[in-house]
Order: sequence, then C-alpha cells, then structure tokens
Amino acid sequence: MAAPMLRGCCLGRCWALACIDSGSRHGRGAATGFTCSGKRGQSFVAQQPLLTAQKSRKGEHKWAAVVGLEIHAQIASNSKLFSGSQVHFAAPPNSLVSFFDASLPGTLPVLNRRCVEAAVMTGLALNCHINKKSLFDRKHYFYADLPAGYQITQQRLPIAVNGSLAYSVCVGKKWRQVITKTVRIKQIQLEQDSGKSLHDELRSQTLINLNRAGVGLLEVVLEPDMSCGEEAATAVRELQLILQALGTSQANMAEGQLRVDANISVHHPGEPLGVRTEVKNLNSARFLARAIDYEIQRQINELENGCEILNETRSFDYKLGCTVPMRDKEGKQDYRWLLLLFMPEPNLPPLLLYDTASLPAGADPQQVINIDRIREQLPELPSETREKLIQQYGILPEHSFALLNEVGLLEFFQNVIKETRAEPKKVTSWVLNIFLGFLKQRNLAVNESPVTPSVLAELLNLLDRKVISSAAAKQVFEELWRSKGKTPSQIVSERKLELMQDEEALERVCHTVMEGHPQVVMDMKRGNPRAINKLIGLVRKVTHNRADPTVIKEILEKQLSS
Amino acid sequence: MLKGYVPPYNATVVQRLLDQGAVLMGKTNLDEFAMGSGSTDGVFGPVKNPWSYSKQYREKRKQKPHGENEDSNWLITGGSSGGSAAAVSAFTCFAALGSDTGGSTRNPAAHCGIVGFKPSYGLVSRHGLIPLVNSMDVPGILTRCVDDAATVLGVLAGHDPKDSTTIQDPGKPFMLSSLTDVSKLCIGIPKEYLVPELSSEVRSFWSKAANLFESEGAKVIEVSLPHTSYSIVCYHVLCTSEVASNMARFDGLEYGHRCDIDVSTEAMYAATRREGFNDVVRGRILTGNFFLLKENYANYFIKAQKVRRLIANDFVNVFNSGVDVLLTPTTLSEAVPYLEFIKEDNRTRSAQDDIFTQAVNMAGLPAVSVPVALSNQGLPVGLQFIGRAFCDQQLLTVAKWFEKQVQFPVIQLQELMDDCSSVFEIEKLASVSLKQ
Repeated sequence: MAAPMLRGCCLGRCWALACIDSGSRHGRGAATGFTCSGKRGQSFVAQQPLLTAQKSRKGEHKWAAVVGLEIHAQIASNSKLFSGSQVHFAAPPNSLVSFFDASLPGTLPVLNRRCVEAAVMTGLALNCHINKKSLFDRKHYFYADLPAGYQITQQRLPIAVNGSLAYSVCVGKKWRQVITKTVRIKQIQLEQDSGKSLHDELRSQTLINLNRAGVGLLEVVLEPDMSCGEEAATAVRELQLILQALGTSQANMAEGQLRVDANISVHHPGEPLGVRTEVKNLNSARFLARAIDYEIQRQINELENGCEILNETRSFDYKLGCTVPMRDKEGKQDYRWLLLLFMPEPNLPPLLLYDTASLPAGADPQQVINIDRIREQLPELPSETREKLIQQYGILPEHSFALLNEVGLLEFFQNVIKETRAEPKKVTSWVLNIFLGFLKQRNLAVNESPVTPSVLAELLNLLDRKVISSAAAKQVFEELWRSKGKTPSQIVSERKLELMQDEEALERVCHTVMEGHPQVVMDMKRGNPRAINKLIGLVRKVTHNRADPTVIKEILEKQLSS
Repeated sequence: MLKGYVPPYNATVVQRLLDQGAVLMGKTNLDEFAMGSGSTDGVFGPVKNPWSYSKQYREKRKQKPHGENEDSNWLITGGSSGGSAAAVSAFTCFAALGSDTGGSTRNPAAHCGIVGFKPSYGLVSRHGLIPLVNSMDVPGILTRCVDDAATVLGVLAGHDPKDSTTIQDPGKPFMLSSLTDVSKLCIGIPKEYLVPELSSEVRSFWSKAANLFESEGAKVIEVSLPHTSYSIVCYHVLCTSEVASNMARFDGLEYGHRCDIDVSTEAMYAATRREGFNDVVRGRILTGNFFLLKENYANYFIKAQKVRRLIANDFVNVFNSGVDVLLTPTTLSEAVPYLEFIKEDNRTRSAQDDIFTQAVNMAGLPAVSVPVALSNQGLPVGLQFIGRAFCDQQLLTVAKWFEKQVQFPVIQLQELMDDCSSVFEIEKLASVSLKQ
C-alpha cells in the first residue's frame, strides 16, 4: 500500500482503515478491519496493526482520516488561575470558591504566577516559541457551570506557539523497530476551567459545584497530523509523561486533570479535507483510541451511503461504544457554542515575559518571569530519560518506553539495579515481564507491590550466582508475592530449590538415566531433537528440578559423544 | 437584578475610607447599572435635584407667572451618580463616591453645584466597583470643595493588588498647595467643544473663565482635538460591547434576583434577565452582542478601538504642545425639569449629555467639574478641567485656584430646613469641612 495515502503511516505496514474500500461492510465500531494489539495494559507505543484481509477492489477509493486534538491539562498549582482559592481534588462541594470564582460583581482577575511559569515550562519542553507578549480574552457562552457567562482564555495571542511533540510507533517484525513521529503543536494557551454540573433527574434540577471553576488549564492544540486513534492515544500518553515529568500537571485522566477533544474528518487522498466533527470530553485513556476510530468509521460509513457529515459537536457514549450528537444535561440539543462571542479581557494587561537579554534593569524578580531561567531549570524529559537508560544499561528502546509507562516502575527498576550484580538486561526482563505481569494480573500499582526492590535484587543475585535455576527463581518469586516477610534465601532453603552444585553427581545421574532409556538414546543419536528434551526432563525429575537444564544438556551431549 | 443582594465584601475604595475612620452613612440612588445621564432610570425611582427646592431657584421661578404645583416641576440631578451628588449637595454628608465612565460623576456634580472629580484611570482601584465599561470606569469623588476631593483622593489613590489595572506606586495623602501665581500656566480651549447645542449661558461662563485665567497672567490658547466628533459613536460601540460582556454574569444562579420559572436552565436565564434588567440595560446588551458578532467584530469593535486610540492621541498631542490643563464646559446647560428630560429616551439623552465628558474616559485622563456660577434661573453651572494622565494633583491645584476666584454661592435650603436654620448661617464657605 502506498505510504503517502495515510499521512504519517509507517513504511512496510499499512493501517487497515486506510485501505477500506467502498465495498466494505458497515463498520462495527473500531473493531472493523484491524486490531491494535498493544502490550498488556495501556499501549504506550502505537503498534502498527496487521493488515487483515480487506483486499481493495479495483478502482475503488481509499479513505484517509485526519485527527487533531485539543488537550486540556489542569495546572498543578496551589491556587486558581485568577483567584486565591485553593485547588484540590474531591473537596466538599462549593468549598473552594472565592468571590471572583462565583462571579460576584465588582471582583477582578489577578494572574497567578505559578500558572504562567507552568505554561512557559510546558511550551519550552514542547519546542514552542514563547510569545514575550500574550493577551487574554473573554469567550462568552451561557451555561450554568460558567458563572461569569464567559471564560477567560487566550484566543488572539497565546503564550506559546509552533511547537512539536514526538511520539514513537513500533514497526517491523515483532514490532521491534521504533520510529518517531511528530505532531505539530499549534499553540498552548492559559485558560480557566469551568465548574461542574450534575443533573438530578429525580427532582428535575441541576446541581452546580464551582470548586473547579477558575482552576488554571493549559490548552495544548495539536495539529491534525495524526491519522488514527492509536496515534492520537500515543501522542496523548507522551504528553502526559512530559507534563508529569515537568510537574506542571498531574495529568491524571481519571481525576479529570487531562481531558481531550478530538477533531476528526475523513477524505479521499488527493482530495480536499472533509467536514470535521468534534468529539468532546474524552476523559479515559482506554476509550480515547476507540472513540476516535469509531468516529472515523462512522464518517466513512455515512459518506459511503451518500450522506453528508455535519460540522457538529459529538460526545462518546462509553456504554454503547459510539459517538452521539452532544446534548446538554437536560437532554436538549446543545447550543452552547452556536453563538460564540469574543472580546479582549479589559481587566488584565498584556502578559509580558522576558529573557536575560531583555530583562529591565533593576526589575523586581518577584514581578518578572525570565524565560531563559526557566529553560535552564527544566527537569529531564521522558525522551532524555529513555535515551539515558538505553545508553547506560543497553536495554532495548521499546523496553525504555515500558519502564516509563508505569508510575513508579522506573524508580523500582533503578533501585533493583543498584542492589544487584545481575545484568541490566536480566533485570529489565524480570521487571517488565514477571514483576509487571504480577502487578497487572492483580491490578496493583507499583507502590502496592508486596515485593520490594531489595527483595527482587536479592533474588536476582541468587540467580546470577547460579544458586538457583531460572524456573526455581520464578517459583520463589511467586512465594515472595504471597507471603510477606520471607527472604528469597529463606524460601530457597525451605523448599530445597538450590541447584545441584555437585557436577560429578549430576554426571552420574545422567549416565544412569541414559542407561535406563536406551531407546531414547537411540533417537538422540539419530538426531531427533525432541529426544534430548525427554532425557533432560527425566534427569530433572530425578534431581527434583534442582539441576540446571542447560548444564544437563551439556552433560548429556558430552556423554553421548563419548 | 441585584434586589436583596448584600455584597459579602467591601470595595477597596470603601475599605480604605473605613480604615481612615470614615462613617458610611448609606447607599445612594443612581441610574440602573450606571447607564444614563439623568439618574431617572433606577429601580428606586428618579433622583430629585436639591436645587429644585433652593431659595435661589424658587425666587427666580416666582417671577414667572404660572400656578402649577411647586413640586411637579422638580429638576433632575444629571447622572448616573445623581444620588451621590444630591446627597453632597444637600449637606447630607461630607463626601460621596460615584462612578465615572462617560461623565457620570462630573455631570451630576455640575447640575448640583458641587465638585465632581474623575481620577486618572489606574490611579484608584476598581475592585468592588460593579463594572460598566472596564476599560473606562473609575470610582468618582463628589464633594463640596476641591480640598475635600483632594483629601478623599489621598486616601484612595495607589496600587491595589486586587486590581491588575492599577499603577504600581502606593498612594499617600497630600495637601493641595494654594496657587497664587498662574502666569506659568497654559490653558487650552478645545475649539471642537464649541457646539451649537451649547446654551448661551454656559458658553458665556466658559468664556468668562478663560478671560479670568488670561487676566491673571496665564496663557490661554485655542487647541484642536480633531477626532472629537467621532467620540460619541466610538463610545457607543465600545460601551455596549463591554456591557454585553459584563452583564453576562447576571443569570440569577449565584446571587440576586431569580425568576420562578424552573422548566429549564435556558428558560430560567431568559426570564431572570428580562425581569431583572430594565429596557436601557437590555437594549445595550443586545446592541453590544451585535457588535461582537464574528461578522461585525472587525468593522465595529476593532474599528472603535482604533478610533479610541486616535481620540486619546489628540489629547497627548495637545498636552505635548505645552498645554497644562484644558478648560471646557461640563454640560450643555443647567439642569432641566424631569418632565422635560423624559421626553427623550435614555440613549438619546446620554449621547447628548456626555459630549464634553466622555472623550476623557476614552483617554483615561483625570478631569474635574467645578461649579462656577448660577444661571439666570438660579441653577448651578459647572466647568470642566482636564489634566495630563497621573497629574491629578496638579489638576486639582488649578481647580482649587479657580474655585477660590469664582466664589460659588452656597445652596440655600432654609425653607426645607426651618428646624435647623442655625446650621445654615454660614453663607460664605462652600464647605463645612474643618479648615486650618
């Protein structure tokens, strides 16, 4: 399939949606035509899905999808963007509301310095140009959770523009090859969050909680450089990691600290872009890709049936797994954004930022923000961390992604490395496969693990010294997980899992087994590869699994040849 | 809309006065949401000008033959801060606060024979001032003499962290010096302010004032503010646009009036706002929405902002050419009777009456209306002085000199206050404040 058909599509593999011809069946949601098999848990790296049997008929048109994102991240600050009330998750309703947040007449906005710094940091981390002068505007619409009847945002001249976000996709055989994709960042702007409304069906009333009203948001606008749900989800994931590394937002989707709106359209390659819809408030990492893919498929279906796509706002129904036209809480067609009026915010002067060169002499450091200073103090970004891991420990790129993907996993890994002599590759394998596997099975976070880094390090040391076999180590690990307080050494001695160290004794056992099974030995001589495994199995049985299979094999082969 | 609303906080200007020991006597009437130039469109009814009951006015009226009811032809105060002006004028209080967006402090001051001061934009905090046009509003000061205004300004001026549009400097109280020599002063007379609608009496007072300065040695020159004729429409566009925005918060949800309808949120919003706003306010909101529509924004709002810049530059150019203070009328005529005033609608009146005052708000300059003399009908006429930005003190110094020269008479309200006649034996002084 030609690569240019789908912007950003990898070489070699093609994403099946792009190949769906007009003869395809109606979609069944995102499941149509492709699978996206990510690693266990959340996909951190977009896996290019296998092309399933959707052969294109001659002369039929292909479809390409175009996805842009508007991501709202709540700024991690003590107080709100323009007022002094606190920012806390899950506080009692309407307990964190200042006069300004409640839009009492006569109150005025006062800009929060920490929020500006967060915006600059994020802009720098995303390679943006920081505007030394930016402006605030009012965006008007009527809604119960917007007390002032307008939101203060940065429509005309935002604080940062023209950046880029790099994320990675795995391609090739076994998804080993990692290629980097970039999505352009149009702008980053500071704006207020709205309150929350809860519709009480029983009493036909709406309950408003203004705790969230006025909390600072960073809106990050990603250009429509993405072409499917998986790419979008991966880009969002990378942005999350960056924000968390910077400390500018906790970016936890479940707590509403990161919300995504997607702009989606489809078109035939070579033709102009199609009408786009906006799917709002995608608040779940799990459903993000699915919702986008559903919408893409829906649009394709509509167009193939001769219908038009409406330029409308839709939301994702998690239960039904589909997008629906957006309705407000009272079930009416949502006209909120039908008439959007903008006006400059007259109560906030232009926001002026400086760099070391332009800093006015004698300026009070409390009153000015120096972009260069902030750049110098930027913490390490995920991409740098990954690179360091690869350089330092020689681990594979895709493993570096996996280590950063789970909260606390990197720290765990590094703590194990500190205390063990085992090779980093071994540690990586244990941490990513066995340890992580156990966590996921039991739905635990890293910090809830009953096995500490020290304990795992000790186990790996035993393995490294060949005190136990790999299989035995796994048994020990299971035991460690179940019963707290025991050390690996204790478990090993309790269950007599030590490897046989006595090579001579082992040789005798091998010899005995070989003598006892001449037929198998004959098979072996004839070159049957399975024969030797049978013998190994028998030897292991005799030694109660306390012999290293590799060593057994060596001995058997040696004895055979002699 | 704000029926029953008791604000849970004090405006900065109020708090600063309270912190200096001021006693808050009460809240005064005004045009609803400060929209108007007569103080006739308030929910508590219109405000009556105390001069309607003054001896000076009544005596002049007795000369005219008519047998109507004395009270039916009472006069307006001007507006929109008419209640505050009336309170000060009638000796109810030492001083009163108003607001000034297009002249709402200076206009009623002129009609009520008192001093109405508009500080430079950014000098006095707007935290707690219910906004009309955020980029033009200032709290106004109404007093019986210029020294009193200076006293109040000294308490109010200076940085407020709660208002991001205030200057950085902290304020401090000051005493006005008494000018004796005006020979170094240059007074500008803007020629565009000589409009046909200006009453001959006011024009004559304006002319006499100019001559007074000249005879005392000041330089008096004619200057030009070429974009004056555009200021009314420019103001109209910007004012209504900001109004539409500022009024969006009044939805009955968090505070104030809420209607009884509970069918849906939208229906509730609509009914609350229809009930809670008068015609004037609703008219301005709709107009403002029109100008802010995407297809109109560039042609109206942006254009008006550009014109505003031109108007402000007119003043900058004039002050750069050596002029210290501009001298203009405050109003077209003296106060008119209420029955006559209401013959035209609010919008027409505002457009007419704001003509000398509102360009000042567009430019953010300080200005003060000082009573000069009584008209043939025995009613006060005021004149306006406009100063350089943040040269409020200098402006008030000139105003004080002028006040001393003209010796404007004290309002005589004996007939209304027969019981307290002893208080009113002081006829010379225009103020009852303690003087050194």
